[in-house]
Parts: sequence; structure tokens; C-alpha cells
Amino acid sequence: MCASGKYSSRGPALIPRMKTKHRIYYITLFSVVLLGLIATGMFQFWPHSIESSAEWSLDRRSVHDAPLVRIPVSSPIPERGDLSCRMHTCFDVYRCGYNPKNKIKVYIYPLQRFVDDVGVPISSTGLSREYNDLLSAISDSDFYTDDVSRACLFIPSIDVLNQNSLRIRETAQALAMLPRWDKGMNHLLFNMLPGGPPDYNTALDVPRDRALLAGGGFSTWTYRQGYDVSIPVYSPLSAEVDLPERQPGPRRYFILSSQTAIHREYRVELERLKEENGEAVLLLDKCTNLSQGLASIRKRCYKGQVYDYPQILQESSFCVVLRGARLGQATLSDVLQAGCVPVIMADSYILPFSEVLDWKRASVVIPEEKLPEMYTILKSIPHRQVEEMQRQARWFWEAYFSSMKAIGMTTLQIINDRIYPYAARTYEEWNNPPIVKWSSVNSPLFLPLIPPRSPGFTAVVLTYDRIESLFRVITEISKVPSLAKLLVVWNNQNKSPPEELLWPKVAVPLKVVRTKENKLSNRFFPFDEIETEAVLAIDDDIIMLTSDELQFGYEVWREFPDRLVGYPGRLHLWDHEMGKWKYESEWTNEVSMVLTGAAFYHKYFNYLYTYKMPGDIKNWVDAHMNCEDIAMNFLVANITGKAPIKVTPRKKFKCPECTAIDGLSLDQTHMVERSECINKFASVFGTMPLKVVEHRADPVLYKDDFPEKLKSFPNIGSL
Amino acid sequence: MQAKKRYLISLLTGAFLVLLFYFGGGGDPGPAATGFRSRHDRSRNGYNRPEQPWPHFSDPLQHFSPWDQSDTEEYNVHISPRQKSDVNSSVYKGKRCRMQSCFDFSLCQRNGFKVYVYPQQKGEKISESYQNILSTIEGSRFYTSDPSHACLFILSLDTLDRDQLSPQYVHNLKTKVQSLPLWNNGRNHLIFNLYSGTWPDYTEDLGFDIGQAMLAKASISTENFRPNFDVSIPLFSKDHPRTGGDRGFLKYNTIPPFRKYMLVFKGKRYLTGIGSDTRNALYHVHNAEDVVLLTTCKHGKDWQKHKDARCDKDNAEYDKYDYREMLHNSTFCLVPRGRRLGSFRYLEALQAACVPVMLSNGWELPFSEVIDWNTAAVIGDERLLLQIPSTVRSIHQDKILALRQQTQFLWEAYFSSVEKIVLTTLEIIQDRVLQQMSRSTMMWNSHPGGLFTLPLYSSYLGDFPFFYAELGIKPNPKFTAVIHAVTPLVSQSQPILKLLASVAKSQYCSQIIVLWNCDKSLPAKHRWPATSVPIIVIEGENKVLKGRLALNTTFPSDAFISLNRNAVLKTTRVDFAFTVWQSFPERIVGYPARSHFWDNNKERWGYTSKWTNDYSMVLTGAAIYHRYYHFLYTHFLPNSLKSMVDQLANCEDILMNFLVSAVTKLPPIKVTQKKQYKETMMGQSSRASRWADPDHFAQRQTCMNKFASWFGGMPLVHSQMRLDPVLFKDQVSILRKKYREIERL
Repeated sequence: MCASGKYSSRGPALIPRMKTKHRIYYITLFSVVLLGLIATGMFQFWPHSIESSAEWSLDRRSVHDAPLVRIPVSSPIPERGDLSCRMHTCFDVYRCGYNPKNKIKVYIYPLQRFVDDVGVPISSTGLSREYNDLLSAISDSDFYTDDVSRACLFIPSIDVLNQNSLRIRETAQALAMLPRWDKGMNHLLFNMLPGGPPDYNTALDVPRDRALLAGGGFSTWTYRQGYDVSIPVYSPLSAEVDLPERQPGPRRYFILSSQTAIHREYRVELERLKEENGEAVLLLDKCTNLSQGLASIRKRCYKGQVYDYPQILQESSFCVVLRGARLGQATLSDVLQAGCVPVIMADSYILPFSEVLDWKRASVVIPEEKLPEMYTILKSIPHRQVEEMQRQARWFWEAYFSSMKAIGMTTLQIINDRIYPYAARTYEEWNNPPIVKWSSVNSPLFLPLIPPRSPGFTAVVLTYDRIESLFRVITEISKVPSLAKLLVVWNNQNKSPPEELLWPKVAVPLKVVRTKENKLSNRFFPFDEIETEAVLAIDDDIIMLTSDELQFGYEVWREFPDRLVGYPGRLHLWDHEMGKWKYESEWTNEVSMVLTGAAFYHKYFNYLYTYKMPGDIKNWVDAHMNCEDIAMNFLVANITGKAPIKVTPRKKFKCPECTAIDGLSLDQTHMVERSECINKFASVFGTMPLKVVEHRADPVLYKDDFPEKLKSFPNIGSL
Repeated sequence: MQAKKRYLISLLTGAFLVLLFYFGGGGDPGPAATGFRSRHDRSRNGYNRPEQPWPHFSDPLQHFSPWDQSDTEEYNVHISPRQKSDVNSSVYKGKRCRMQSCFDFSLCQRNGFKVYVYPQQKGEKISESYQNILSTIEGSRFYTSDPSHACLFILSLDTLDRDQLSPQYVHNLKTKVQSLPLWNNGRNHLIFNLYSGTWPDYTEDLGFDIGQAMLAKASISTENFRPNFDVSIPLFSKDHPRTGGDRGFLKYNTIPPFRKYMLVFKGKRYLTGIGSDTRNALYHVHNAEDVVLLTTCKHGKDWQKHKDARCDKDNAEYDKYDYREMLHNSTFCLVPRGRRLGSFRYLEALQAACVPVMLSNGWELPFSEVIDWNTAAVIGDERLLLQIPSTVRSIHQDKILALRQQTQFLWEAYFSSVEKIVLTTLEIIQDRVLQQMSRSTMMWNSHPGGLFTLPLYSSYLGDFPFFYAELGIKPNPKFTAVIHAVTPLVSQSQPILKLLASVAKSQYCSQIIVLWNCDKSLPAKHRWPATSVPIIVIEGENKVLKGRLALNTTFPSDAFISLNRNAVLKTTRVDFAFTVWQSFPERIVGYPARSHFWDNNKERWGYTSKWTNDYSMVLTGAAIYHRYYHFLYTHFLPNSLKSMVDQLANCEDILMNFLVSAVTKLPPIKVTQKKQYKETMMGQSSRASRWADPDHFAQRQTCMNKFASWFGGMPLVHSQMRLDPVLFKDQVSILRKKYREIERL
């Protein structure tokens, strides 16, 4: 396919240049095209096994084909990492530039094989499988650029994941030979196993100038906060073993220790814990009778009894992750994968991705010296919290530990967030597992604020042509003390609004907005004319609300500015027979919606309704000329997680279900249509966001045996 | 052109194309086979250009760590972990101090996190700000006067201003500190500092050897900041209030959230020297319309000496605008570094709900250890000054709305008073000491904030009344009734027994706890009514009302309904109140309400039990609230207030209302109550004298004012509404109504 594609793109470019055209030329050309097509066709229909073998024979790409680079003995060595490096001192931010996508560009150096003066490679393993996976993942990602001049971050193809396999001096020289090295500026190195015997430094020992280090075993003394990135030690078992997710809950064992090379002192203490707490603690070690190699990695033993590893981790609530010679342990990854809460005992260890991950919600960190108290400490953690931690642990693994790709992408995202902090991922995005993201709400109006009374509210009256009724509504509303402005949304394109002189005289500004189309959604448009945050949406036939009732509604809204505060309440019910939602407008003891024929709400929800309504709900509403109020109730409940507030007793509304159209009334078809709306919206939202409550708001002294004239809102509930 | 040549060309072309085909197209690993479709196009040209994406290698590659890696661990096993940590703590001192190496945790184990303040020495001058810091600590629940109980030590020597040119500068600090008997080379000491260094280089050195002490320092740079050891505090002025403090200026959330100006700044320009570059360049971005960045060269005596070409123009422009007006009418406020990294402007912008745009490279932002500043500020880079306008313009209005609200939350939670700044500092250090019992990021960064979210209560977010929505969970649908008994059981007709029976009948009741604060011994088992829920009787030691609130928190349900023994409550009433509480788990839900008011004549707060159109408290003689507030009452409030309540045997409900409103910033919720409630609740026979007593009322006035002064302001908020059942008093058949009992008033 691709071959013929290329061919035809070449063709037109060639032909016009040939002024005198000879037949033989065409024949040759044609035959080549034909040949190409046949060959392509053969590739297309060739059985796959053969194709891939053919492919490998054709693709001689091998790490051994990478160009060989000889490092002169005298080649310069970079300086040791500068501990005072920070993004504003050692990182050239100009390279990243202004970028509307707020995404850094990452360049990967092509693979080279570095050898020293006598031809010995600088690394005993060369390119590891993990580093290859990591670079592949980056080159596949949106971060990647092949244009070195546009790159903000450079990643050497020199594998330094494991310091043990490196020749330190030569690796450093190789780094300095990279064409864009420039004192390591904007270079990122990935290292998971730093240090080496006997003292095991906690950061890579390779001198690296100003390069950033994504390191797997930082201690608080080597980690340059805000510059380096602490990454996990990848566990190759992740790719080998599939541990299905387990429901959070109590497990067979309370504490499990599965590491094999635990220091004597600590093993003694663990054994003491085991003695004290018996069955609750399982203490595993390497199986002595098994041969070395892969098989032994997958087994653990306790007194001759053999357990499968890492499967056994799923049988415990807490799993010990103790420091070894290094602070970072691959076990942490296995433990998280098993949904076991890690008990991390590695003093001064900088936990992986701690810049963005809230480990307090997924792990227990205990100082090494408190190992003997581990059992008591863990027992004091509430059950519900343990379950949350188990879920959180598993989520961390899936999102940030499960593959080299996950590790690489997380690292780049963290650096990206530093360069474009105003576009950074939020705490919730980093830390909430999908199930929590789905069920939790983060209200956009989260500050507990009772706005002052003084700005008042803007009444938005939606009208079509019921002028007489409209004028009555306007007259009534204008008596409400806190009314700041009246906005009439004239939804009739065929008829002009009455002349200015004919309108009732009111003390507040009155504006008429003419709409382009007769849509119900127009009533929720965030008009610039609405200058207050409180909006009273009111139909042009709601004349039965008293001034006291409206003013009281506004006062209630001030106490609940993030809710819909309305008068007639409605309810949704689950119809067991039909297996779907049903709309209810009868005298119920519960409320889950208020009609927006008369309701106060924050102007923010206008903006939300107009620009952020999920799915095709807005169109559905406009097409059906119905249910805009139900849609609004869904929207607000979904984003705030809160029920609306019904105010004041039930009144006899002349036509409470009326929308702007005459003729619709409380008949059966109307109810059916409203029920349909609920079902439609619930399916678009993917959930039923409405909340049911059994209360309504009345003035403090409502119906109290108290002189009416002393009540702030005496005229409430009169019919 | 000759025919031969043409043949040759065409042949060559053909050959070339064939070659291309083989090497280019054929060499491509088929997408179907490898499964890397997206790479398809790019990898095709792999061999032709050096800038290739990462190729697929056919070689079998080794793992980065050998399977039996543990052998190397074994090799190292002879180094004892103890030795290792000893080595660390001996090596990492001074600039590399960390909690692990420079802090003695063992001092905090026995008595918890207690803070000792050195006694003030005669003749030692202490600035007002430092005096405020010291008295805050002395008034806090962390304070101990016994150094042997202390975990943290605070100097009584004023270290706030270490600028040698400042009049506040304390001389000979070095010798004074060294001569302190408990100094111990600064171990477990915390040193507060606002200014360090002086012109021209403004180093961050304090001018004396701080040893292993921790620093709570303003304007600290990331290079000098020792993570999880030092605390970065905001720069605050000497007029910063000691307690309470003003609320944020945000009164409402306007939509769209843009204000008159997009970005403003008004301040000095230094022309030369450290920190002058950014301010000197601001005029590039100034557009005199919505981006107004004004500088003046006038400062110091000899500013004219350094005067540059722009000064006169800048100075004239500068005088045209009013700083306050700009602060209140701008969406974003630029906060560039001054000579030092931090500035007063930061807190000013925060309070004014003007989202700070930071231009102070290398400043470790205040309380950065716990506060996620990306949610309340725009962190710019001085190097990218010219991009700042386009950056702030690109910020979506939803984000602006959130940033702005967060500025207000952070201001009120951590910055509005010296007390809050100091307590936040101490709580951060306490979190390090508590380790696994410390607050999570979410507790610090969402309402009501870390100071009101005590980790000693629980480290689980779901145990608090504040995070249900964020976690997507609901409070436990059961309550625990707590009944306070003070009179012995003599007859079966006693109100307490009726109360027990009606509460126990509630479908939401999980258990009843009777607090027996009576001289007479407990009645026999059979005297208690038979109920379907367990009744637990706890004998109180104190014969005071406090006993009801000082409960520990070992109960499973999230809600407590606290009841006076004489409360007359029908089951439906309890049921209804509890369903209301489930919608407002962070508030107190109660029946009889009271109100406060400002008495202009007496210039103090007044208390009223009159029936008014609004209320700000509900009596806890019958109220539902989250069990966390029990804990907070006992552990957050100072002993001075609690013992006052004990001695008076009064006001405990007022205190509870103060506390909850201080946390929520919202009023309590009153639900329907029976009219004669007032009489039955308050005029009960046994205590009738007490409630009728005018002293009792006067006490409550006094309490209010005492509490208000401790809280540094009046936290109570008025409400004008009451929650009734949906069909309350509606003209519809009583049979339709769920809460019929409530109808019969």
C-alpha cells in the first residue's frame, strides 16, 4: 500500500519535466508501476507468518547496526550533578517556548554504541529491554519530536537504568559527547537502580552536569526537589503476571512480608512480630530448595511451605516494603499491583512521583525504628480507610507503575506540569481513581459564601406573546425589594415586543432581548445584561407568587447560592414495572427538582447550561419544546451533588407545568413526555444525578403563633 | 535529448523506484503484524534520516536488572541499617539538615507535640510581630511551660528581622543563643524569620549560627530551603492582626469572572542591583488598558542618581492609578520579586481575590509543603515575562473562578492572622512528627483546611463531615443518640424514659448512650425500657453539662443526636431532623434556635432568646451533629474556654455553635419545632430556677463575648429559614403526609 502510494506521488512530478515523450519510456514506467502494484498486492495477501519472517529478513535493524562511537581517553567528563540545580537555574525554559497546547517537545538521540579507546563497550548489557520500551513509548507519544531544534527536553539513548552494568567514567564521557549536551541542559536521564557496593549512593553516580534525573531510589539528601523526578523501580513481573483486580476488603493475612534479602536485624524483628500475632502475619523468604533463575523469583517459602509470588500478595491487607541496600524496591510495584497496602519502611526515601501523588491515601510510611510497633500502628487504621488505600494502591499501579510506558509518560507529564504550571494536572486528576472521579463532585462554586443582599437579583422572564399576563408578572415582580433588573426574553420572531410606552412602569431597569429563534434554551442564555449573580427565572404566567415569597426565595438562595431554589417541586421515581424513571408532580413528601418557571439560581449555571450541557440534551430540549427545567435540574445536581431547595408551601399554580407554549397542560401525554426526558437525560449523563430530599424552606416564623406584623415574611402561602 | 540518454534515465528512474520500494515500503514492518499503527508513517523513513523515532529492534534484549538481583542485596547485608542511619544523621547537618538527621523525634514521643517558649529576658527588646508569634504559641493547645515535656523549642529572642540596617535588628544574637542552657546546638528548635541579609546582596544568612534548628522563614529560596525541614512562611506586616483577621474580599462570584483589569502591578523599581531586572522590564508588557503595570523610581534618598530615561514617564503614569482600586478590580495581580523573593503584595492579592501571578524565580512559596499553589496562583517564570499576558489570557474562565475562590479559602484558612500563620507552621511540623497519622494533601487544600481537620481524630477523609462529596460517598445512615441524665429514675413516667422509647423507635437509630451524671447510682437493668437498639450507660465523672460533649469517638455512626433528658421528642421529629442532617452533614441541625446581635450601645455582642425572624444558633439540648465536632470541641478548643463552660455549667451549646460556624462559615439549620418547645425544653421543673435566673442569661452574654474574643471575631452567621417537611401545613389530606406528627403543633 505504502509503496504504491509513494509511487503515484512521484509520478506527476516526473512526467511534466519530460518534454518529448517516448513510448518506451511509458512502457518502462508502466511496467514498473505494474511491478510495484503486484509486489504490493503480494504483500497484502501473503499469509501473515511468512510476511513477518520476510519482514525480519528485510529489517536488519538490530542494536548491533547502530553506529559505533569510540570515546577517546581524554574525552571530557561532565561535572557531578549540581545539588543546587532547580528549574529556574539549570533548565533552559526558552527551548520550550510558548505553546498553545502547553506540551513540551521531547527529542530522543538515535542509538549509538559507545566503546572506549580499546573497543570495550561502556555498558555490560547495552540497551535493556526496559529502556527500549521506555524510548519506544516516548517516541510514540505526543511529546515526541524528531526535530532536534524544536525540542525542549532531550533523552539520551544511553541506557543508565541500572548503574551496576555501567562503566561510570566512560558513560559520563559518552553523555558529554552528545551533540546537544551543552552542560546537560534540558537532558533527562532515567535511572532505577542507582549506586553500587559498598555504600550504595541513592542517586546515579555517573557525572551528568545539569541533566535532570528521573531516579528510582532518591533519598531526601540527593533528591533535588522540583528538579529531579522520583520514579518507581519497575518490576518486570508486571509484564509477566496478570493479577486481576480484587475488591477492597479484609484479606486472609493482615501483614505480609515477601522480600527475600531483608537484613538480619529486621528479619529478627519481623519474626518477633510473627510470634506475637500468629496467623495474622505471614513472613516469607526465598525458597532454599529451588534452583536459581526465573522459577525461584516466582516462589516464596515459609517453613517449607511454598507460595506463588506475586499472587500471595493479594491475600494480605498490608504488605511490607523494606529498604534493602537501595531505598527503592521493585517489590513496591508488585505490592501495589496486588492491591495490597504497602507499609513502606525506608527512612529518607522519596516516594515515587511524590511531587504529584498523595501517598498518604495509598500507603503507610513507618520509620524503620518503629518496625516493632508496626502491628499496632496498622491496627489503628479504620477499615474504611484500609479499603480506600487498597483501591488507591491498585490505581497507582495501573496508572503510574504498570509499564515502562506508564513510568515514562508520568515523568514527562510531571516535567510538563512544571513548565506550564497554569495548565498542570490537578490533584484530583492525579490521585482520584476513575471510580471516584465518576462518583465524586467538585462543585465549581465551592467557597462557602453567603453573598450580600445588596446586588439583588435579575428576573429573566421568558415570553412569547402573552402580553397581558407578562405585564402582570412584571408588575408583581417589581414589588420585590431585592429586584435589581428585569430582563424580558422575547422569544417570538414573528411579532415585535410592544412599544416602550405600553410597558408597565417599574423602578428598576427593564430590558427586552429579542431572540433569533424560538428556543426554550434562550431563557438560560448567560446574557451580558445579567449583572447580578442571582437570576430569577420566571415564566410569563407566574402571577401567583407574592412579593414576600419571592423576596424570601432570594434570601434562601443567598444561603445556598450553589443550588436551584424554586417554588413548585417535582420528583423522579423509579418505576419498577416499566424498569425506568418516572416523573411525578403529585403531592409528594419528597422533592428532587424544582421547576424553573419560578426559580432562583446562580448565573454560572446559565453559562453551564449554554456551553457545557452534555450530549445532545440542549437540542433535544429545543426540539421537544419541553424539559428545559428538568435539564437544568440534572445539570446543577450533577455538578454540585446537591438537591435543589423548594421554598414555601405548595400553591395552586394556574398552570404549573406550562412552558412557553399554550395548550400543553397537566395531561397524560405531558407527563409521559416529562418522564421520557428524565430517562433520556439519565442516559446521557450516564447516571441519575438528582438527589431526593424531604424538606422545604420556610421563613423561621412560618405558621408560628406569633403576631403577623412582626414577621419578616408574613404573606407566605396565601392562595 | 538523445534517445539513449532517455532510455538510460527512464531505466535508472525505474530502478531507483524499485529500490525505493524495497527499502522504503518493503522495509517497513507491516502495521498489522506489529500492532504499532501510529508509528507506521514515521518509521518508514527511519534509515534515511538521522532524526528517527525510536526504531523497533529485533534483538532479544536483556532486562535492566537481572532476575537474581537480590544477590547484590545479600552482598550488602552486612551493613547494618542502624549504622547506615547513624552515618546519615552524622553526615547531613547544617545546610543538609533533614528531620531524620537534625531532629530528635524521641522528645515528641512521651508527651506528644508540645512546644516550649523560652522565658523572656529582661531588657530584651521584642518586636510586636514576634510578641504576637510568642503569645499565639503560648495560647495554643501545643504550649507547655515545662521544657522537659517539649518536643519543639521557640526562642524568646527576636529573630524576625535580621537585616543589619534595620532598627529592629538584635545584636549579639550569636552569643545570646549560645548561652541558652537548652540550646543543644539548635536541635528541635524553630526559628522564625521574616527578613535576612541586607543591601546589596540580601543573603539568606541570619547572621548567627542556627545549628540544627529549623527555620520558619519568609522569602526563602529553593536553593536554601531544606525540604521537609524548614517551613516557608509568608511575609507579613507588623499590622497583621494577631487573631481572627479580616475575611477575604470576595463577596460573590460574578460570571463571567473577568474584572476591569486583566493584570495589574504597582510598585517600586530598583533600577539596579539584585532583583531589579524583572521590574525594569515590566513596561514592555504594560498596555495602559487591561494590563496595567506601573513602577516608580522614587524610593530611598538618592534615587535620582540611578535615574534612567524611563523614570519620569513611569513616575507620572504611576501616580495616575490607585493601588487599592487596582487590587480590587483586577482578575490577576502580578507579584514580582523585590529585593527579596517574597513581598507583602502576595498576601494582599490573596486577600483581595486577585489571583497572584508569581514572578519570583526560586521562591519557595509559603507552606509549599502542604499547599498546592497551582490551585490558587499562576506561577510564572521571570525569564518568560513577555509571555505572561498571553498566558493569563489563555486561562479559562472556569479556572479563574476556581483560582479566585481558592485564594479566599487559603487566605482565611492559613494567612489572615499571625495566629493562623504560626499554627499552620506548627501543624506542618506536627504532621512530620506524626508521620503516618498526618493530614493528606486534600485535607490541607480543601475547605475547611488543615487547622480544622485534626489528624489525631482520623487519617481517613471519610470520617470527617467535609469530604463526602469529593470522595463520592455518603454519611453513615444511622445515628447515635446521646442522652444526658442528671436525675435518678424513680417512676416509669419520667420524661427520660419516654424520650428513650421514642428515640429508640426511630428507624435510623443505631444505639443510645446514656450519660449518667447523677449522684444516685445506676438503676437496675430492668428499670430501663426494652428497646430494639442497644443502650449503653456511661457514668460521667463531671456533674456538668460538658460530659455530654466530651465523648470519645469510638461509635460507628457519623451522627450524634444530643438530647437533654427533658427533651420531648416524637420519633417522627427525630426522623425528619436526621434526614435533613444527611443533606447537611457538616452543620448542626436542631430545633430551638437563638440569635446574636451587635449591641451598639454597649459595644459588645448580645444574645437573645426572643422569637426572631432569624437565628444563628440552635440549642444543643436537642440537636444532631457530626461526631467529629465532639472531637473538635474537646481537642481544638483551649482549656480556658472549656473550663469556663464547666464552671458556669452554662454556654456549652453556644460554644459548640461558635465552633461549628467557625469551621463551616455557615449558619446552623433549624427544623420544624413544636411551639411550646420553649417551655418544655427550657422551663423544665428541676432546672426551672436556673433558666429563669437572670444571671443565667447574663452569663450567656458574657460567654458570647469571651468566645468571640478567642475566635478573633464573630463566627456565627444568621439564617432566615427553617426547614419543614415538604407538605408541612399544606392543604392536602393528612394521610398523604409522611411526617404527620409534626403537623400537630
